[in-house]
Amino acid sequence: MSVDKKLPDPSKLKEEILAKYPPKIARKRAKSMVINDTKLDQQIQSNVRTIPGIITQRGCTYAGCKGVVLGPTRDIINLVHGPIGCSFYAWLTRRNQTDPGPEGPDGENFINYCFSTDMQDSNIVFGGEKKLAQAIQEAYDIFKPKAIGVFSTCPVGLIGDDVHAVSREMKAKLGDCNVFGFSCEGYKGVSQSAGHHIANNQLFRHVVGNDDTKPEGKFNINLLGEYNIGGDGFEIDRIFKACGINVVCTFSGNSTMGAFEQSHMADLNLVMCHRSINYMAEMMETKFGIPWFKVNFIGGESTAKALRKIGEYYEDDDLKAKIEEVIAAELPKVEARAAEARKRTEGKLAMLFVGGSRAHHYQELFKELGMETVSAGYEFGHRDDYEGRKVLPTIKVDADSRNIEELKVEADPERFNPRASDIKLETLKEKGLEVSDYIGMKSDMADQSLIVDDITHWETEKLVDFYKPDIFCAGIKEKYVVQKSGIPLKQLHSYDYGGPYAGFEGAINFYTDIETMLSTSIWKKLKAPWLSKETDPCICAEFVA
Amino acid sequence: MLLRHTPKEIKERKALTINPAKTCQPVGAMYAALGVHGCLPHSHGSQGCCSYHRSVLTRHYKDPVMAGTSSFTEGSSVFGGQANLLQALANMFTIYDPDLVAIHSTCLSETIGDDLNQIVSKAIEDGKVPEGKNVIYCNTPSYIGSHITGFSNMCTGIVKGLAKHTGEAKDQVNILPGWVEPSDMREIKRIAAEMTAKIVMYPDTSDVVDSPQTGEFQMYPDGGATVEDIASSGDSIKTLALGSWASEDAAKLLDSQFKVPYEVLDIPVGLSATDRFVEALANAAKVEVPASFVSERGRLVDVITDMSQYLYGKKVALFGDPDQLIPLTEFLLDLDMIPTHIVSGTPGKKFTKKILELCAEKAPNVNVKNGAQADIFQLHQWMKNEPVDLMLGNTYGKYIARDEDVPFVRYGFPIIDRIGHSYFPTVGYTGGIRLLEKMLGAIMDKIDRDADDTQFELVM
Repeated sequence: MSVDKKLPDPSKLKEEILAKYPPKIARKRAKSMVINDTKLDQQIQSNVRTIPGIITQRGCTYAGCKGVVLGPTRDIINLVHGPIGCSFYAWLTRRNQTDPGPEGPDGENFINYCFSTDMQDSNIVFGGEKKLAQAIQEAYDIFKPKAIGVFSTCPVGLIGDDVHAVSREMKAKLGDCNVFGFSCEGYKGVSQSAGHHIANNQLFRHVVGNDDTKPEGKFNINLLGEYNIGGDGFEIDRIFKACGINVVCTFSGNSTMGAFEQSHMADLNLVMCHRSINYMAEMMETKFGIPWFKVNFIGGESTAKALRKIGEYYEDDDLKAKIEEVIAAELPKVEARAAEARKRTEGKLAMLFVGGSRAHHYQELFKELGMETVSAGYEFGHRDDYEGRKVLPTIKVDADSRNIEELKVEADPERFNPRASDIKLETLKEKGLEVSDYIGMKSDMADQSLIVDDITHWETEKLVDFYKPDIFCAGIKEKYVVQKSGIPLKQLHSYDYGGPYAGFEGAINFYTDIETMLSTSIWKKLKAPWLSKETDPCICAEFVA
Repeated sequence: MLLRHTPKEIKERKALTINPAKTCQPVGAMYAALGVHGCLPHSHGSQGCCSYHRSVLTRHYKDPVMAGTSSFTEGSSVFGGQANLLQALANMFTIYDPDLVAIHSTCLSETIGDDLNQIVSKAIEDGKVPEGKNVIYCNTPSYIGSHITGFSNMCTGIVKGLAKHTGEAKDQVNILPGWVEPSDMREIKRIAAEMTAKIVMYPDTSDVVDSPQTGEFQMYPDGGATVEDIASSGDSIKTLALGSWASEDAAKLLDSQFKVPYEVLDIPVGLSATDRFVEALANAAKVEVPASFVSERGRLVDVITDMSQYLYGKKVALFGDPDQLIPLTEFLLDLDMIPTHIVSGTPGKKFTKKILELCAEKAPNVNVKNGAQADIFQLHQWMKNEPVDLMLGNTYGKYIARDEDVPFVRYGFPIIDRIGHSYFPTVGYTGGIRLLEKMLGAIMDKIDRDADDTQFELVM
């Protein structure tokens, strides 16, 4: 399956890239660009400030908090306190699918709505708290939601509006509506990542644990860090259902306030996107005794592996048998599709610069297609996402990270209940389960591959030029930049409006979509015939061993 | 139902905006700056602003949108963003070599009171702006006005930073096109060329955000008004400012600074507004309207006479930006359609006044609102109370159109689920035909869909 060709040495490329930067910046960027040597413990500088003017992929803390973590929840009103733009830009653009399911057409679903206090200059001068309280009241009067989340944008923190106090007062006043705030001003932290942490904190503080009803299933899990983009969560739900596994709550694709409130009653937390949700897994473990391990439902084999891990955890023969049955029914179709697609994809080169997990997870799918990942990096990952959680104790907490609240969580005096003994967890670890752990991207990448954190536009151009990849994975801002260079770009935030890509069906969709992109004939006709007789720069490029 | 929680009953709102019909200033400033050749827009604020603005513009144009950000942190929010902006300017000129950088502020940098004038002066003093390069800027506090205000402010910033007065009068007319598509800007240039009117038009995003696929990425595409052309606008005979909201301030500045008189016109959308534009341009440039324009106009009128039975008396709901909605409403009235509900999130008292004037005779019961809480939630509620036959607006309208089963034509910003707006203009007579074709297509597709088998028509 793997490609045995040795990757080209990118040392000179790195030098060329850095040569363009002023010396101080070159020194800084050098630490974020690492030529992988799997035998070495290499440090990959990440989660540090972006250099102004460098043209980054990154967004802000508000985007990570409202857009990523809370955005997919369907029965909460996400009210953005700030000027209109912040709410406008986060309006439906992340493709989190929702389905009120058994509640039918009248089920609560506010996902298609955009709520804002639309702060004006008078609110900036005289404060916006009154307007916020009034907006909460109006939202309640019109929609009667179970919960209202209030999200702070940059000016809110600067003028000193206390969104938490207003939320508390309105919660008390309304009585049957949980109102809580997020101090997720865009300038906090260094990327979206800080916003994930803030979202985790407030969800844990205000929602998780509010309902002690025991879930009905035999095997009750939470799926953490799955946002149901393009229906990924629905596909994973389908597989769980077939296996007899009950999802108490997904954080947070198609989630509900009720599911969050009850999530602490689950037996096990499975972590998909480590970066955005590991805080929640840790806090639930400390307070309620729910163990967690890392899973990856991206890729046919990864999905099978993740399911088997769940079987191992429950040590239940019936469950294990059911899981094997599901895998036996699903995986051959996946493998057959991969084999067919490989005729067109084998040996092709991929690059992935996206997110805090996807740049790692999606390498699995490319492997299954016989494609090599020559270079990858995260937009907002931390060192543990590259190097594994083993480096956590050595990560220096800088000023930007220190500003993000770290909740002090203790075991709940009544409700703490360790679901698994330490001995059992140790045994599972020995079996290769990433219990309370994540090994990170680096060790899964080939020697001499180039890891670049928070890649800049200049670096993107140089990398494309050097590797001439067959496919480049990133987001909407990079999409047409790379495509104008003659190389197809797959969006891994929005899936180019396709998907799902998770689970068995998702793998099949992905193979087909990548096969389609690599087979699209227009790429061979980019040049007007009278201008150039040269071959086109794309598709046909391959490295000489 | 996609918007299942929208009640028919309308409750007054004073603080809550739901489903806005506007966005914030900086994205407009970024779009305007892209209309200057060799320009790298720069967002002085948090990273998210720049990322969001680039994203929405990219989704709308399906083309690269390059811009820098000052990447504010908590520290810069406390101590001011000067150090970030100075570093950003130095980096952008070193790494990306633009001819000029166009800085706009954000709610963050405005709230803390960063002084762009002072910071840019310091950048020049410190040698961070290479010889022969320019830095222009404008203030775009997101908590005032809308994306249109931001566009207007950058237009003013362009005049302030680049226009000059040499004393040598130039036989040319300035056209400030307002926030229109690159296709529209291209069409305005074509119209002027056909009339042999010499013009300088800026911003001009044609050949920037509708750039060709050639297999080679150009960070600074071929298009955009050149610094030289913009400089010469201080010597022009006259300025035609298209759209009061987006273009009037810049025209005023050209007048007060360089004594270039101006005339504010509607964006030439539809028959009457195009008539006025063509005549105004002919007068200003002292040229004759060519005979070909009688034919061009005639083709539009011909389509209207041919198809008016499908348009007459049809009720229309529309939302978007004032500079577009005003001539669009006038066009609908020319078609004997009935503008029924109109909202714009962009404030400005003269909007409702103008719409009511236009509609006084043919659509006196029009519902119109703009500014605070004038959002598409409000529009949807109006539509539930008085249904319409057609809706015009940006992509977000599709949720209402589907729920209410109303034919829908995408018009305005952003259009992120269809193509065409970059390539096919809606200004001018030909653009009018394009608009008609879209509206008739939507209306007639519904007639076809709903007709029972016996009444299904071959010829329409």
